[in-house]
Amino acid sequence: MKKLKLTKNLKDNIITYGIVIAAYIIIQLMSATGNISSLMQGLLVPLCVYVILAISLNLTVGILGELSLGHAGFMCVGAFTGAFFSKCMQDIITIDILRFILAILIGAVCAGAIGFLIGMPVLRLKGDYLAIVTLAFGEIIKNIINVLYIGRDSRGFHFSMKDSISLGLESDGTVIINGAQGITGTPKDSTFTIGIVLIIITLIIVLNLIHSRDGRAIMSIRDNLIAAESVGINITKYKLMAFSISAALAGVAGVLYSHNLSSLMATPKNFGYNMSIMILVFVVLGGIGNIRGSMIASVVLTLLPELLRGLSNYRMLIYSIILIVMMLFNWAPKFIELREKYSIKRLIKKPKEVQ
Amino acid sequence: MSFISYLINGISLGSVYAIIALGYTMVYGIAKMLNFAHGDVIMVGGFTIFFAVSMQGWPPVIGVLLAVVLCTILGITIEYIAYRPLRQAASSLAVLITAIGVSYFLQNIALLIFGANTKAFTSVVNIPALKLADGQIIISGETIVTIISCIIIMIGLTLFINKTKAGQAMLAVSEDKGAAQLMGINVNATISLTFAIGSALAAIAGMLLCSAYPSLTPYTGSMPGIKAFVAAVFGGIGSIPGALIGGIVLGIIEILSKAYISSQMADAIVFMVLIIVLLVKPTGILGRKIQEKV
Amino acid sequence: MAALLEVKNLGISFGGLRAVDDFEISIKKGQLYGLIGPNGAGKTTVFNLLTGVYKPDEGIITLDGQNITGLKTIEINKAGIARTFQNIRLFKDLSVMDNVKVGLHNHYKYSAIEGILRMPKYFKTEKAMNERAMELLKVFDLDGEADYLAANLPYGKQRKLEIARALATEPKLLLLDEPAAGMNPNETIELMETIRFVRDNFDMTILLIEHDMKLVSGICEELTVLNFGRILAQGSTSKVLNDPQVITAYLGE
Repeated sequence: MKKLKLTKNLKDNIITYGIVIAAYIIIQLMSATGNISSLMQGLLVPLCVYVILAISLNLTVGILGELSLGHAGFMCVGAFTGAFFSKCMQDIITIDILRFILAILIGAVCAGAIGFLIGMPVLRLKGDYLAIVTLAFGEIIKNIINVLYIGRDSRGFHFSMKDSISLGLESDGTVIINGAQGITGTPKDSTFTIGIVLIIITLIIVLNLIHSRDGRAIMSIRDNLIAAESVGINITKYKLMAFSISAALAGVAGVLYSHNLSSLMATPKNFGYNMSIMILVFVVLGGIGNIRGSMIASVVLTLLPELLRGLSNYRMLIYSIILIVMMLFNWAPKFIELREKYSIKRLIKKPKEVQ
Repeated sequence: MSFISYLINGISLGSVYAIIALGYTMVYGIAKMLNFAHGDVIMVGGFTIFFAVSMQGWPPVIGVLLAVVLCTILGITIEYIAYRPLRQAASSLAVLITAIGVSYFLQNIALLIFGANTKAFTSVVNIPALKLADGQIIISGETIVTIISCIIIMIGLTLFINKTKAGQAMLAVSEDKGAAQLMGINVNATISLTFAIGSALAAIAGMLLCSAYPSLTPYTGSMPGIKAFVAAVFGGIGSIPGALIGGIVLGIIEILSKAYISSQMADAIVFMVLIIVLLVKPTGILGRKIQEKV
Repeated sequence: MAALLEVKNLGISFGGLRAVDDFEISIKKGQLYGLIGPNGAGKTTVFNLLTGVYKPDEGIITLDGQNITGLKTIEINKAGIARTFQNIRLFKDLSVMDNVKVGLHNHYKYSAIEGILRMPKYFKTEKAMNERAMELLKVFDLDGEADYLAANLPYGKQRKLEIARALATEPKLLLLDEPAAGMNPNETIELMETIRFVRDNFDMTILLIEHDMKLVSGICEELTVLNFGRILAQGSTSKVLNDPQVITAYLGE
């Protein structure tokens, strides 16, 4: 029995990793034979970003069971700290890959730390209250970045929350973070290959965490908080652990995102609550708690508007209709009943009753 | 003197938030769902008036009535098609995502019909501004209408809920759907009515918002919608006086932050205040405490 | 011999309602003790007070010489009290095995890093956990269902799994809240055997709430009867069950 279960987990994980690697090989082959459009080429890194975001949010929503609408905020922290580091170190660390790895680590640590700091007070809140507070934090992070000015000259770093002039830079100084204009000239270190490697690392972290002692503790809180407490699970510790790891991984996605752009700005579109909601859509549509599902959903839903591009103005309308219909189809009790009645699986074999 | 002007502006903006927050709070109270599309109903209301008054040249009263009727029908339809089938769904997240889908849908319909360009909205209010203290304080006609509308709506809604059968049914359904059904209350009809009222209020809010801030895009409703939701949570979600308090406090904080601290940081400050309130009182100012029975 | 659990003058009010008043109990190590009384008498409230779900307004709770009054639930569990719930509280989306392994959480340790990087300690500890969990499941005849989701177990087995999970935390005192609720007579007899077996083989002290008088008179050595939050009778099972006051409380005036 026990063996059977271990192999089942293992098999499941191998399929998940296999899908990622297969997708990588296919894309590389297509790209080598010139069968890939430039539009698609440009989408590869963003796809990796979304996949990492969806997997990491699923850790909070699906595994910990808490609704977060501020995931884009953590991505924002990662994007800016990573880009800031790369920009500062551009002339000092000349090995691109080394600098990028360090930037990723810094982005992850900073986003994780912010997640920890935010999580400490707010994880006491429940359900929709937690959702709105995380949304609020996401917006605050975005707002602060928009009024943040950091410059550097021979005397060191200068900060301001007002404008670039009040930084008081010497003539040799440069403005690194320029308020709403953000950071320009981040080295373009992100590649599809690095993106895939980061997806695999994210998967290893999340999947191995789930199937470990700490993962069980996190899921026990999701399933029944009072019972978890009664068997001695430290609720605060494990909520914070899941939330911070989730935030740190969102930070990694942010670093990948920022090193794919020549100019990085915190706009409502990329780091606002709309982005957080989009990631949540990936997670819910892919199946809450289903890591592989959220991976696939993020790819499908990112490509869908592009595939519908031929329909020009109608594409986002169709996207929204598909979203509503898919939710109804997947979740409405009436539809589920209908589906079960006419499902092919059922016609082939009767479901095994659990004794 | 400018402080008093800012304060009045804050109350005016807060009144709009309060009217929108009512829609959120009533729907949340009765259907236990966060209706993300509510903000976009405001936008639909705005565009309806824009279409009727600016494009067709009809009288403003007709425009407003049309907006109220259209939004009411829209609210009932959305609930019927998109939310009702998911009421018994296993996860409450399902209906949240559907609401997001509806929000995208409304925005993109408006985008297709009216385009992405910002429309200049002509105010439907033609009451002269009030000048006080030798013209040092000017209260615009829009402000007067907004504050008065808010007061009327609050009184009307409180009376409706406490004095009418339908209002009592709403209270009963929000308390316990199953028990309400057993008492012979038509739960579906009651929830439809709630969406109808919330959406009609959204149309009025759209009229007031666009008159005070006369620019209209398909995304006009989303940020005020989010802030009104914040106001509803702030005041204690499910509570009508809570929506009023939350809305007004939020409006004042926003306008004063814009005036005295930084216009870019105003939203951040509003959200910060929400967080502090929730950390001190986890269910909002007037929210009820719910404890799980062991 | 000193008592394992010593409770003195325990009380709590909710609003104006005095839910538990002047509750006293003394349970010796290895005892099978019953807490009975009509519905609403405050039995579960006593459990909630003992396990730190509620903080008592007054009174002292001593477990094995340690004052545990006012401690948090997890601290009380670490001090040695584990419980089951009247309305079953399993981790329903985890497997039966994992439910027990969550119970083992504080006794088999490795860090999150060791878990994520799958270091040798992970494999070693997980193996030991699996073995221990399997042992516990066997006691309750649940080893065949180890891979099932807890939610898919039939009702009686869910109750047993809750006991197995509580035992996994290696308590000194086990609190069972209506373990036989919803069971048929055969299942109840089987459960009585299991409870005895647990007491004898795990060296356990057990305090249980139960309405099934057959079970209570069959296995409990001593009883406390609660009525309206106060102790109505206390002492050996046969003496208490023949107390006219107790009979009146149960059957009405």
